[in-house]
Amino acid sequence: MRKTGVASEERQPLTYLEAIREGLREEMEADESVFILGEDIGRYGGAFKLTEGFLAQFGAGRVIDMPISEAAIVGAAIGASQVGLKPIAEMQFIDFIAPAFDMLVNFAAKYRYRTGDGASIVVRGPCGGGGRGGPFHSQNVESYFLNVAGLKMVAPSTPHDAKGMLKAAIRDPDPVLYFEHKYLYRRVKEVLPEEDYVVPIGKARCAREGDALSVITFGAMVQRSLQAAEVIADEDGAEIEVIDLRTLNPMDDTAIVESVKKTNRCLIVHEASRTGGIAGEIVARVNEYCFEWLDAPVRRVTAPDTPVPFSPPLEDQYLVQVDDITSAARWMLAY
Amino acid sequence: MARVDVIMPQMGESIVEGTITRWMANIGDEVKRDESILEISTDKVDADIPSPVAGTLIEILVDEGNTVEVGTVIARIETEADAAVSAVETAKTSAAAEPAAATAAPAPAAAAVAAGPAPTKIDGDGPGTREGRLRSRSTPVVRRIAAEHGVDISRLTGSGIAGRVTKKDILAFIEGGGALPSGMPTGAPGMLYVPIHGDTLEIKIPDVIVRENDRVEEMSVMRQRIMEHMLMSRRISAHVSSVFEIDFERVGALRRKLKPRFEQDGVKLTYLAFIVKAVLESLKEFPVLNASVVGRKVVYHSDYNVGMAVAMDAGSGLIVPVIKGADELSLLGLARRIQELGERARTRQLDPDDVQGGTFTITNPGVFGSLFGTPIINQPQVGILGIGAIEKRPVVIDDMIAVRLRSYFGLTFDHRVVDGAMGDFFMSKVKEVLEDFPEES
Repeated sequence: MRKTGVASEERQPLTYLEAIREGLREEMEADESVFILGEDIGRYGGAFKLTEGFLAQFGAGRVIDMPISEAAIVGAAIGASQVGLKPIAEMQFIDFIAPAFDMLVNFAAKYRYRTGDGASIVVRGPCGGGGRGGPFHSQNVESYFLNVAGLKMVAPSTPHDAKGMLKAAIRDPDPVLYFEHKYLYRRVKEVLPEEDYVVPIGKARCAREGDALSVITFGAMVQRSLQAAEVIADEDGAEIEVIDLRTLNPMDDTAIVESVKKTNRCLIVHEASRTGGIAGEIVARVNEYCFEWLDAPVRRVTAPDTPVPFSPPLEDQYLVQVDDITSAARWMLAY
Repeated sequence: MARVDVIMPQMGESIVEGTITRWMANIGDEVKRDESILEISTDKVDADIPSPVAGTLIEILVDEGNTVEVGTVIARIETEADAAVSAVETAKTSAAAEPAAATAAPAPAAAAVAAGPAPTKIDGDGPGTREGRLRSRSTPVVRRIAAEHGVDISRLTGSGIAGRVTKKDILAFIEGGGALPSGMPTGAPGMLYVPIHGDTLEIKIPDVIVRENDRVEEMSVMRQRIMEHMLMSRRISAHVSSVFEIDFERVGALRRKLKPRFEQDGVKLTYLAFIVKAVLESLKEFPVLNASVVGRKVVYHSDYNVGMAVAMDAGSGLIVPVIKGADELSLLGLARRIQELGERARTRQLDPDDVQGGTFTITNPGVFGSLFGTPIINQPQVGILGIGAIEKRPVVIDDMIAVRLRSYFGLTFDHRVVDGAMGDFFMSKVKEVLEDFPEES
């Protein structure tokens, strides 16, 4: 039996990756219908060793190594969901979700509307750049799916949220795409609550309070935006508010609108490329709901419209850096 | 005659220096405004740089092939024009307007100019209309605040880029109490200027002899706003008032009956909740009372947001919190909202949002003993209902004198859109609902 009431200082901080692992394990321990499937997740323990030990603990019936076919992985998960199981499909890198596009868009997303019952699946995978992974192992894919009604999307930025949102996703009756930023895997750590907790889908988080400008962001860009906010606070004396969206669909309009109405300035930061990126959608909403509260044009800081480069200097140039955020923020503050 | 400096323009946010690759004009040449005078090269773009002004190129300070920092003076042009007028600073604003990310947006090829100590000044290419000037000098939130406070933005000095008036500027201006006196044209002394939509109302202040022991004090900001608002309303609307007497026996009995039950929910049931309910039913039947006039158009509001005038303590002012979506509330919901807004108004804890968006207003002079009033319309609404004292009166019923709980209601309406008959239909409906108020669960 687990000891309860242990003071939190005795609990070890967990990395983002460990938090996901712990969330997966707890849900599988608690609910026999939860199982995982993906490439190399069993015997090998996953490309990032996230599911190491799972095969031994849960057996081959609930930790299924799949052939290299993402369409088959997601298709099998959807089928399993229709007989009452709760599958969690892993994309070894989220870039590889493309072959499963049809399964997600035309099957998973549509079940709720066709039959009244959702396809209760989670599709999770490591996203994002900064790891010198090049164009096929560094992408952010959220905007491919943003136009698809019926797919929920989450992108946690902290170990706490990573675990809590994974649980929320698993318990959700509809398909959830779960984007875990691999740059954060081993770079952020925190002590998590001992009790079972869930971070609800659809609720943003205020990562830093401020009154001068709102940065709307998510994923690894939360850390970077917080760094930029500290620079601006130190050097310019202006307090920037950072809103961590956490859920990309359905988006927490209320949190965005409340913050923008307070600060009157809105800067959107995301890692994916610019055109058709999620920032465009947020700009539209801010324009629709907050036009008369704006004291400066809404702006975006994003990657340019190219694939993620291999070369380290080029990748650094491609990715949004702290300076990119501070210079956009300064321009807006002076406007 | 003035000398204008040509400076190395900033060709992009991250560009700090540029190389002069070729001078196309020589010393002594006459140059036209926007005529290319040199080529520069930076690590992101190569560009022809146009002359910022028309004049004579009198000095070249940086030779071909040399690299200098952005902002360095590279040449001087002598012009006929007054320096202050020709001074423009376009590069900073246009460079700043380019996207922040590393996308290679082409930078505009315009020379930045600094003429002596002349301050930056926007002008030139923008539209010359008043609307255009406002647009270039303010942002949506600033225009909204300006409209709410009757501030003429074009009279403010802005601290933003190109002299743009920022939210901070206008709030400081308003807080400084400057909104009216310094914001308004300073015409002849003895005139009061009150902003009304798109215009200024000029009122001659009557001569007042201030004697030795008289006390003179500045109006509070709230007092000034009320003054402006009332004068503006009187000027804009065609006020007509009509008085009805309403029997409160039915509502009085219902109130006695429901009061204990409402108290269990922590809600004080007042006559006002019944009156708001009756007003809402009447507004729904006669929607022209729940409307606004915009030029030659009538806006029929789909929301029913009823404002209730609340006197601040000791008559120090008046504020009108608004019951939003009042038509969706039950009697209990209305009573709760009235109580809550009233408390917050008296303790000065209303949010800006609480006092905006009203579509009809109720005021209650009866609580101070008034028999009935002819209130002034709360713009941009078209009707306001004044509640007189609710008290026992002798009345003739079936040729007998009876003692009944009664009140005079005075409706002031805007004759621009509400005719007398319509106003009285509305009041008849209010009377009918209150005198036969339905039993509510």
